[in-house]
Amino acid sequence: MKTLLVSLRENFMVALRALIQNKMRSVLTTLGIIIGVLTVVSVASIISGLNKGFSDQISALGSSTLYVSKYPWVFDDDWFKYRNRPDITLREAEYIAEHMQLAEAVSPAASSRQNIKYRGNSLTGIGVAGITMESNQIENFSVGQGRYFTALEIEKSKNHVVIGYEVMEKLFGGRNPLGERIRIGPVAYTVIGVMEKRGSIMGNSLDSEVYVPIGSIFRNYGFHRSVRILVKVSDPERMAEAKDELHYLMRISRGLKPQDEDDFSINQQEVLTDLYNKLTSGLYTAAFGIGTLSLIVGGIGIMNIMLVSVAERKREIGIRKAMGAKRSTITLQFIIEAIFICTIGGVLAILLGFGMSMLIDKVTPFPSSVPAWSVLMGLGFSTFIGLFFGIYPARRAAKLDPIECLHYE
Amino acid sequence: MNTLIELNGVKKIYPIGKVEVHALRGVNLSIRTKEYISIMGPSGSGKSTLMNIIGCLDTPSAGSYLLEGTPVHEMVDNDLAEIRNRKIGFVFQTFNLLPRATALHNVELPLIYSGIAASKRRELAEGALERVGLSDRKLHKPNELSGGQRQRVAIARALVNKPSLILADEPTGNLDSKTGQEIMKILDDLNRAGNTIILVTHEKVIAEHANRVVHLLDGNIAEDRKQESA
Repeated sequence: MKTLLVSLRENFMVALRALIQNKMRSVLTTLGIIIGVLTVVSVASIISGLNKGFSDQISALGSSTLYVSKYPWVFDDDWFKYRNRPDITLREAEYIAEHMQLAEAVSPAASSRQNIKYRGNSLTGIGVAGITMESNQIENFSVGQGRYFTALEIEKSKNHVVIGYEVMEKLFGGRNPLGERIRIGPVAYTVIGVMEKRGSIMGNSLDSEVYVPIGSIFRNYGFHRSVRILVKVSDPERMAEAKDELHYLMRISRGLKPQDEDDFSINQQEVLTDLYNKLTSGLYTAAFGIGTLSLIVGGIGIMNIMLVSVAERKREIGIRKAMGAKRSTITLQFIIEAIFICTIGGVLAILLGFGMSMLIDKVTPFPSSVPAWSVLMGLGFSTFIGLFFGIYPARRAAKLDPIECLHYE
Repeated sequence: MNTLIELNGVKKIYPIGKVEVHALRGVNLSIRTKEYISIMGPSGSGKSTLMNIIGCLDTPSAGSYLLEGTPVHEMVDNDLAEIRNRKIGFVFQTFNLLPRATALHNVELPLIYSGIAASKRRELAEGALERVGLSDRKLHKPNELSGGQRQRVAIARALVNKPSLILADEPTGNLDSKTGQEIMKILDDLNRAGNTIILVTHEKVIAEHANRVVHLLDGNIAEDRKQESA
């Protein structure tokens, strides 16, 4: 055991020396390993960045909220099929609110897109969300400056507005927006509050929206529009049951006969998560395929170089054997050398991966971070490749005849 | 004096293609501790083969070899490595130092393989280098040393593990005669200090240093005589 420890240290130093003496060769040899590990690490970091972004975004939807709308969120058949469905109405929202047992809160939601003006500044195509008192219960708005609507303001459909954080920044700069009047489309609204930063969902910034009483949307921008119904389920454990109840109530309120197809869609966060997972798992598979392939190619390169190294260092092997190195010692020496080269390749790749991830994070709109498991896996893989492809050359070295080696020129 | 080496009917046969080459044809040789013996013979006489067998780098095809009573001829590779490590110190014609390691590290090599800790190793190696008069060169690499100095590093390496036997194969073969004499003086001193030395050479002048000369011819011992050392 003691002999092993002493020779481990010695082997490590020998490997280090051999590596430094052949810098160029070592770098070229590890290229395959570097590419393999880099592929895995960078794809993992991109995906984990996307995952984080995605779950941040999707959490705004709320995992215990059901959304009744005209269109399903994800579909792969004909869009026209859904276009001819009747709009979802306020009356249906009221019906659900009145009858649904498993709901904690039910709210209709409507939206419009308008240009907004304040003095000289204007913003185009801003989402105007029509909300209710219950919306606040479902979406947990938090108002940073000013206040949320009162029940009376909503009931009377006052032309009052709570603006998103980004809208406030762009429209008012540093000025206090509270009490100011802005034009949303053709209509003047009074600013009563500013939302705290909310982030974005599916590429739409929630901070560049404005919020008005739902009634004012209909009055100011037209009555013929489809609403969505948001249902917050009281018990997240009973999502499936709640979905069934909602489905049943919608069919009743629309007077559908048993043989009729649904003419509405019930959506939930899960639908998006499923779709997302399907997309990213494909990416993962591809990355691992490429990664594994280049690791194998890299491993064969390592084996090749180790065989050359064994041939070049026959005399050294002879000397070591004459001085009492056992087969196992020589085997260990060359395996450690192979592992060492591979691990250095792995470490280089991980450092490159970190750099790449930082670059992606800065330059592209995708968030990116290197997950710890990919670092461990990269190191593990490269070490394993060194071990696996180092065994054969090392055993060859160990079996060499010391007499022949000592006379090798 | 005890018997150190006991060879009995040692044969070595190399198959080369379909022909068998008889390098040793039944050698009987007994060497006692503290002896200073040289093995002579022309090339092809079997002296290299005999040296390899005595040095435990090779095993005989037939016959027995007892080293300090241990039957070495029955041993496998790993056991032979251990015997070489503990009982035999090699001095080669071509020095056979690790080219990229310092003199000190080269001398430490046998100690590494016997699992001696770093600090103790350094102490022993420095002691051995001092004995061959190279204390001031311990951090030089072989290519920074003269031929004589390299051979002295090799001798330090050979004696650092306190072996039972120092096996010197043409130790002056790559040196000029003056340096060769210096090296021989070191070996003579080592023998006087109690080390058993086997000298393999084809030079009569070198062989004269020993107090026993064995002549090999065609795989047999042709002559075995004692003499007063020079």
